Amino acid sequence: MRYLPHNEAERQAMLKAVGVSDIDALFSDVPKEALNADFNLPDHKGEMEVERSLGAMAAKNRAAGAGPFFIGAGAYKHHIPATVDHIIQRSEFLTAYTPYQPEIAQGTLQYLFEFQTQVAALTGMEVANASMYDGSTGCGEAALMARRITKRGKVLLSGGLHPHYGAVTRTNLELVNAKVVQSPMDVDASEDIISQIDDDTACVVVQTPDVFGNVRDLTPIAEAAHAKGALLVAVVTEVVSLGALKSPGEMGADIVVGEGQSLGNGLNFGGPYVGLFATRQKYIRQMPGRLCGETTDAEGKRGFVLTLSTREQHIRRDKATSNICTNSGLCTLAFTIHMTLLGEAGLRKLALLNHEAACRTADALAKIDGVELLNKSYFNEFTLRLSKDASEVVEKLAEGGVLAGVPGARLLPHRKDARNLLIVAATECVTDEDIEMFSSKLSEALS
Amino acid sequence: MTMNNQGRPTKASDAMETNVNTFTGNKALMIEEALSFEVGDLSGSGVDLPEAKNKTNRLGGLERNTDIGLPGLSEPEAMRHFVRLSQKNYAIDMGPFPLGSCTMKHNPRLNEKVARLPGFADLHPLAPESAAQGALELIDTLAFWLKELTGMPAVAMSPKAGAHGELCGMMAIKAALEARGEADKRVRVLAPESAHGTNPATAVQCGFKVEAIPGDKTGRVDLEALKAKLGDDVAGIMVTNPNTCGLFERDIRAIADAVHEAGGYFYCDGANFNAIAGKVKPGDLGVDAMHINLHKTFSTPHGGGGPGAGPTVLSDALAPFAPLPYVFLEDGKYRLVETLHHAEAEDSGETLGRLTAFHGQMGMFVRALSYMMSHGRDGLKQASEDAVLNANYVLARLKTEMTPSFDGPCMHEALFDDRFLKDTGVETIDFAKAMIDEGYHPMTMYFPLVVHGAMLIEPTESESKRELDLFCDALLSLAKRAKAGDDVAAFKAAPVYAPRRRLDETAAARHPVLRWTPPQQAEAAE
Repeated sequence: MRYLPHNEAERQAMLKAVGVSDIDALFSDVPKEALNADFNLPDHKGEMEVERSLGAMAAKNRAAGAGPFFIGAGAYKHHIPATVDHIIQRSEFLTAYTPYQPEIAQGTLQYLFEFQTQVAALTGMEVANASMYDGSTGCGEAALMARRITKRGKVLLSGGLHPHYGAVTRTNLELVNAKVVQSPMDVDASEDIISQIDDDTACVVVQTPDVFGNVRDLTPIAEAAHAKGALLVAVVTEVVSLGALKSPGEMGADIVVGEGQSLGNGLNFGGPYVGLFATRQKYIRQMPGRLCGETTDAEGKRGFVLTLSTREQHIRRDKATSNICTNSGLCTLAFTIHMTLLGEAGLRKLALLNHEAACRTADALAKIDGVELLNKSYFNEFTLRLSKDASEVVEKLAEGGVLAGVPGARLLPHRKDARNLLIVAATECVTDEDIEMFSSKLSEALS
Repeated sequence: MTMNNQGRPTKASDAMETNVNTFTGNKALMIEEALSFEVGDLSGSGVDLPEAKNKTNRLGGLERNTDIGLPGLSEPEAMRHFVRLSQKNYAIDMGPFPLGSCTMKHNPRLNEKVARLPGFADLHPLAPESAAQGALELIDTLAFWLKELTGMPAVAMSPKAGAHGELCGMMAIKAALEARGEADKRVRVLAPESAHGTNPATAVQCGFKVEAIPGDKTGRVDLEALKAKLGDDVAGIMVTNPNTCGLFERDIRAIADAVHEAGGYFYCDGANFNAIAGKVKPGDLGVDAMHINLHKTFSTPHGGGGPGAGPTVLSDALAPFAPLPYVFLEDGKYRLVETLHHAEAEDSGETLGRLTAFHGQMGMFVRALSYMMSHGRDGLKQASEDAVLNANYVLARLKTEMTPSFDGPCMHEALFDDRFLKDTGVETIDFAKAMIDEGYHPMTMYFPLVVHGAMLIEPTESESKRELDLFCDALLSLAKRAKAGDDVAAFKAAPVYAPRRRLDETAAARHPVLRWTPPQQAEAAE
């Protein structure tokens, strides 16, 4: 077996050194009837055979890059510079552990410090942590954190929040008997969430651009929340939007959570992704997850360490702010490299390209009979109401080689009025030919 | 050609002057590297993008009109920056990484290669089912392997890491208790003092109260003490097996029976499954739920702290309460169930909701399945046996100078305490830091909490006998030096041959600096 260094002679010599005659003597504490169980599994295989089997499975999927592609709703197809994947595969990054021994983990710690700085700057907040699993779990953690800070029970979820984020947040909060009020589906950003904020409200959770693509002004919501002593949790599922839009911090958010997949990380059928989590300096001791901080070594040189770990499970156990341990380490590195390569200038340009692609796509599709564009504002994603069931249209277009978007019923299966909705994303990867093909196939499907 | 008639030093020590100060602070391959923010500026960029063709603005009047403050680097600058940073890290590809309970084993590159196939890496989670049949097949295949290896009937695939899997399992327990109408009554969860911190943290996150189960003199759960704590207010127990002392819980069946008799559930922390994978099915031991760290047992890379993946196997009693989504095969097609389509099903409380936006750590699933298929039934068994053999070999070799906490044999990791350092002036942390100067990553220190100054060594199956012998020689020599008492100062000063000397963690926590600030802003703030 190519991964196991010992030969039989070495195994025998080691057993002898240990003082036992056979390996099962070392398993003597295992109940006899449970030891050396039968497994209905195949024996080991060479590289070539494994690659063949898995390659066959991969070939049955349609990659985003294989043709016109317009799916978003929380995960976005962007071009990733070749440098990113090269660096994250370096052994020193790929095969390191959590930097618990900082003297020999400065590489990891310094990029985490850079990551935290980038996320704080992008979100307009003072501090950010070293990542969560993804945007949705970060959202749940933010609501729990708001409850700790305000010592209040109720959490309000906007009707523009990604329904899966809402579901994750509800799942987390119901465990601790928190009250969650979900506003109904809000396709055109017309909900009045402000009037629902009361003296028992811990936080309001609002996404921008929301799941339907609308750009939301958080300022009035933040002001209303603060007037009642509640916090505003802002959710950003498309981090590239922050190159074009006012940051949630500028608009008064107290906690910003986001999905960082768009920078440096592939679609990967949903994971691993990288959860962004940023807040105000005054709340740092209530934050979940790892934090990297600056310090000096015994010679006075600048260095970095994991810090404020008295918030964390490995020190504080049942009093920890969260149970999170492993986070998205290598995905944060991919994010940091991509962001460093873009720089401010590149990110702004990328954001403009995305917006422009979405505007062109929307203009082309809105001309088709049976298509209504519902957004007044959007960044790189918008929602259409079709004259037919959107799930059927999407399947039909997929047969024709166009991945057209996310049907409303996929995210909101219990809403009859979502059945004809189609959420369409267009990034810098979309070409004029892609838009043309999408338009012609869509008008065919609707005629 | 002129010969060197001056001669040259023939021993390294003759040529070497220690503690040379250089002008830059750089020392040969150890390069001081600034933060990217100190190198780049706001106009710098390492990507070439086309100009937007038209300037339509439909941003609703919310466009950004301030600088973000993010400098960029050209591609060669960025490459050098990150490569230099990488060289400040220790990694399993460089040498033994004997962190107990963390399982740093070799990461095969085949796994990286297949995870990057566009059909997996470039597949959208909301692509129509018809466009993702291979991905669903892979999830279903991995689920089969996990169920077969654990002997459990169901698995929830979506948890994103071990602690998330714990959350999944404990939530299932809570949901099952609710279905029985006992959730209000059963509020206590029992976990051994030696448990990972995630166990109590998870139980509290699920609204339970945690109580410690005392250990016995052999490093295992004290069965009688456990029984005394059981009652009709106990929701369940969380026990790691093999436990964090590196020992198999001999009374595991009796523990499971006692908990079940008391009406509770048995959550097994599967962090140490790598000791028994392919040898023992946890399902045969009475487990109700167990997470599997794909990044430990099945070698998906730790990546400097993640990402992980924590699929959680469930017994028949808990399977109905698994979270969404799940995959099944119907008429030759894979289906992904993301919601309960009938309103009555939603109200029935079967399934505990959703743990994450999408379907789990697909990239890790591909790597883990590649690892499993490569090993197969025979290789997985051999890997577990080699891991246990290696740990026992280390235990046998080191016990002459160091103090094992419990009588052997151990499973996949060997636990020592600091009795051998008594009165030497050298503490566990000094011993660990001295290992760095010997070229090794230290073992896990000060965990588990049940022994004093713990040193938990997990060599894994990836180490050859030669590498283990070198490692043991180094530790034995350090132990002798510590006991000789001649150079306590050297232990206290370690590490010397690392990119940084010991770092002031107290100062970092007292005055948290969690991000870079431009110099003028930093000055203004002072």
